[in-house]
Amino acid sequence: MKKSGEVQKSGDVNMSGAKILVQCLKDQGVDTIFGYPGGQVIPIYDALYDSDIKHILTRHEQGAAHAADGYARASGKVGVCLATSGPGATNLVTGIANAYMDSVPMVAITGQVPTALLGRDTFQEVDITGITLPVTKHNYMVKDISELARTIREAFHIASTGRPGPVLVDIPSDVSRSAGDYDISDDAMSLPGYRPVLEGTEEQLNRAVAAILESERPVIYSGGGIVNAGAHEELKQLAEMLVAPVASTLMGMGGFPGDHPLFLGMLGMHGSKYANYAICECDLIIALGARFSDRVTGKVDEFAPHARIIHVDIDPAEISKNVRVNIPIPGDVKTVLQQLLPRLAAKLPGAWQDRIAAWKKEYPINYEENGTLKPQQVIRGIYNATGGRARITTEVGQHQMWTAHYYTFTRPRTFITSGGLGTMGYGFPAAIGVQAACPDETVFDIAGDGSIQMNIQELATAVNYELPVNVAILNNGFLGMVRQWQELFWNRRYSNTELFNPDFVKVAEAYGAEGIRVDKYTQLAPALEQAIASSKPVMIDFVIEREENVLPMVPPGGTLNNMLG
Amino acid sequence: MRHTLAVLVENTPGVLARVAGLFSRRGFNIDSLAVGRTENPDLSRMTIVVEGDDRILEQVTKQLYKLIDVIKISDITADEYVDRELVLIKVSSDPAHRGEIIQVADIFRARIVDLGRKTITLECTGNDGKINAFEESLRPYGIKELVRTGKIAVLRGLKYTNLESGTDLSSNKTENV
Ligand SMILES: Cc1cc2nc3c(=O)[nH]c(=O)nc-3n(C[C@H](O)[C@H](O)[C@H](O)COP(=O)(O)OP(=O)(O)OC[C@H]3O[C@@H](n4cnc5c(N)ncnc54)[C@H](O)[C@@H]3O)c2cc1C
Ligand SMILES: Cc1ncc(C[n+]2csc(CCOP(=O)(O)OP(=O)(O)O)c2C)c(N)n1
Repeated sequence: MKKSGEVQKSGDVNMSGAKILVQCLKDQGVDTIFGYPGGQVIPIYDALYDSDIKHILTRHEQGAAHAADGYARASGKVGVCLATSGPGATNLVTGIANAYMDSVPMVAITGQVPTALLGRDTFQEVDITGITLPVTKHNYMVKDISELARTIREAFHIASTGRPGPVLVDIPSDVSRSAGDYDISDDAMSLPGYRPVLEGTEEQLNRAVAAILESERPVIYSGGGIVNAGAHEELKQLAEMLVAPVASTLMGMGGFPGDHPLFLGMLGMHGSKYANYAICECDLIIALGARFSDRVTGKVDEFAPHARIIHVDIDPAEISKNVRVNIPIPGDVKTVLQQLLPRLAAKLPGAWQDRIAAWKKEYPINYEENGTLKPQQVIRGIYNATGGRARITTEVGQHQMWTAHYYTFTRPRTFITSGGLGTMGYGFPAAIGVQAACPDETVFDIAGDGSIQMNIQELATAVNYELPVNVAILNNGFLGMVRQWQELFWNRRYSNTELFNPDFVKVAEAYGAEGIRVDKYTQLAPALEQAIASSKPVMIDFVIEREENVLPMVPPGGTLNNMLG
Repeated sequence: MRHTLAVLVENTPGVLARVAGLFSRRGFNIDSLAVGRTENPDLSRMTIVVEGDDRILEQVTKQLYKLIDVIKISDITADEYVDRELVLIKVSSDPAHRGEIIQVADIFRARIVDLGRKTITLECTGNDGKINAFEESLRPYGIKELVRTGKIAVLRGLKYTNLESGTDLSSNKTENV
């Protein structure tokens, strides 16, 4: 790596800032970006006009940010979104925060008022680097064209390495309009303070091995880090070698095969009883790329009272942040597992495995059929119709939890959901991004009737770009998850959670998509078949049981062994 | 317990906002923060005094390290170091007390930097303890205005906290329990 400032004169080409930007994006391997134009990005849009980068015009900048996020999660590449200054930039903020909470590699580019007008409350000026400071991994304002190329390089590097996250680059329009030199062979970056740790140390590994050998009741607690690292194979080897049950976070779903006998499903607030009981009774937790979120731990002081904890995480700040751990291993979980596996020997199943099998038998995840269309039936229906091979996104609420329970995810990057921020309105634009990244795959957004209305305008985008995403609305006529809390903890006082809804079939048709309504179980399979076969986006309105609850559930602030339902 | 952190950062426009924002967002208490350029103009040095137990300090350090602009953090609390802070204090001084105030200044080796008809402004440098004592000694005369720079510190002798050497709280050293 060269030092900054060292300009290589050979190969310099003089071009506009906007062209340099587009060239840099191409150099980073970007093929698709999601965005929305406006005054301060017209120069950038002008440069895109001649470029072979595909630009997808969403109908709201929030949609662009979520689409870039979905694209990134499905492909593993950096997602890119673009918006103008002021309201364009602020409309990205929810999408940026969402990517930050879920550690998604994203580069957000915003236009800014010209440098000479900065700080004067100029028309459509907002301090977007200030606003996004707490929700980006890093951000930049490029005030000089000579810094543009290096900044873009650094932004992609930071977004995609270490713990991934969103990086915002704010570009005043005079910078994109002015001309400067661009040198394609220059790969200089100046990041002296950025050194992600990848490997475990000898001492840490030895301590982990000793703890694993001593343990009689181990549980693997796997998270989104497994998916990000592509460590699913190593995870499977580890689990099988130790005959250790695997409990996954919401974000880790797909990182371990959902149909594997060692799989315990999701743990935490809406986890399975057997996963949570295993955590409560185990003597060792092997936490892999998971961040001990409050949705997982419940009452943190009483989390896993009998367990020693090994924690592998690429972000050292996650280690001992919420729960004190005994054996910290900062590092990339794929690398660390590759270091660990050869040091371990196979274990045999024993009383612990029997105990877990008994829990699984006694407390299965299930629901009652009563003649009405049940949300769980719809999810199973989608699973069956897609052979379990679809890419699934969700919105936020009950339907999201049912998806985690009833669609059996067997491959990483197939379950794409807003976990940390819990953003209603995420799933549909994310599905558009997923479909753009995986044009030949079947994509479903599993939605609630509340959430879908937060970004329903993106139907236009899906139709416009012929992205045949399917939207399955689990229509219970309520903001179901909030209603559930009101039912269980607020005396059934349903304040402002009952919804008035439009006719979703007509809405879909008005946009040029297909709309189907399903209110009987018998219609389920044919409707799904029709949707999957269609080359258009399809919105299916599943009219489901109105007051079904997501169970079991740990009441807020409770402990994992006290579950309702 | 109070910890003194020597934090080496890139000299970028946003760096102070990033560090200050981090402290307020995560609910860490800053006792004082002093910042200025170092011998290398691309780098600034922050001296941050934080209050908290080992666990808080561990989180502060790790969170600071996540800021891309932060290059190196050294906790010098347990080392031999020289620390200084400068205070400017404006006290009211009617002629009757002027002599006494000048005596106090002498004792603390403070300097008179401005003399008005009704006020005296004094400058004093020293460590925390000395500055506090100085302030207390002047309080009876009526402090009109007081500004402190916050503490700055360097290690004694051949120890350094710059890029090449020193005790780096390397981000992968996690406390074990
Ligand atoms: C309505 C609702 C209910 C929810 N209920 C539950 C629930 O019951 N159970 C549940 O689990 N979640 C639930 N969630 C989600 C929850 O809020 C968190 O998003 C989730 O638990 C976090 O998952 P994670 O720990 O896997 O971390 P992620 O947010 O996925 O973070 C990944 C972790 O892995 C690390 N990492 C990243 N890359 C690597 C790498 N290469 N090597 C090593 N480490 C790496 C990161 O530093 C980070 O610590 C719910 C969300 C909603 C909206
Ligand atoms: C943007 C946003 N606003 C509010 C919430 C709070 N919230 C969480 S779940 C939920 C209800 C979701 O209703 P719906 O989309 O119909 O899904 P359901 O729970 O009925 O499956 C609400 C309002 C949120 N998560 N996101």
